[in-house]
Amino acid sequence: MPDIVRLHYDVDGDNFMAAGEASSTVKNVLKRLGIGEDMVRRAAICLYEGEINMVIHANGGTIDVSVSPQTIEMVLKDQGEGIPDIEQAMQEGFSTASDRVRDLGFGAGMGLPNMRRYADSLEVSSEPGQGTRVVMTLNIAPA
Amino acid sequence: MTVAELAARLDAKVLCGAETALERAVQGAYAGDLLSWVMGRARAGMVWVTIMSNMNVAAVALLADVSCVVLSENVAPDEALLARAVREGLVLLSAPLSTYDVCWRIREGLADAAVL
Ligand SMILES: Nc1ncnc2c1ncn2[C@@H]1O[C@H](COP(=O)(O)OP(=O)(O)O)[C@@H](O)[C@H]1O
Ligand SMILES: [Mg+2]
Repeated sequence: MPDIVRLHYDVDGDNFMAAGEASSTVKNVLKRLGIGEDMVRRAAICLYEGEINMVIHANGGTIDVSVSPQTIEMVLKDQGEGIPDIEQAMQEGFSTASDRVRDLGFGAGMGLPNMRRYADSLEVSSEPGQGTRVVMTLNIAPA
Repeated sequence: MTVAELAARLDAKVLCGAETALERAVQGAYAGDLLSWVMGRARAGMVWVTIMSNMNVAAVALLADVSCVVLSENVAPDEALLARAVREGLVLLSAPLSTYDVCWRIREGLADAAVL
């Protein structure tokens, strides 16, 4: 594969039906790059959770993915309301999602915990009122 | 037990699914309607049993790489879900049973398959 593959996506806010497009495209690209099934699955789930969070909590944002022979790095940035208490947000079951969002099956408060579970590293930084930045990295195991 | 064999055991309607996907082996099951729980807990090859019928079910099923989705209680998928599933070759089954009974029959099917 080329040294580093870079992908960029803009994610619409509030469009639940299109949500997941970026993750499914990234999934296909990773597969084509020959990355192992389990790693592709983990990366895609992490990205989907992050993408959904931007849609339901932040009115959209951007995704930048870079894949090197060693790592998959996914950076999600939005200009939403931000997360006042990150530690609390990371807890299983904590959610501020609306009933409308819950009716669709989201808002279980398991998104950030899933990202922590499946990514090798997860960094969340947020400035209340300014937005949120999420960086997830997966280490590609040497073949 | 393949997905097609499971469909027969469940008296389920096969709403859509690629030929190859119907021949995939069933590897256990996960039941639930909250999408993040499914992504966190379901493993590749499992059957996902749910009563959710919107398009996000397809997104999650494909990401989690489940072998098929069983809509219990005769739930019908909405149009967008069916369209996406058809497009991606995802198997959607609709069963007349409760989620509990669907899981029971999956368990029976897996037990029988192990004996044979
Ligand atoms: N990008 C974001 N912008 C603002 N708030 C967020 C963002 N991502 C997560 N949150 C906050 O963290 C909480 C927990 O997120 P998560 O674990 O994904 O659960 P859920 O999305 O189901 O609520 C959310 O309910 C929300 O309050
Ligand atoms: Mg979430």
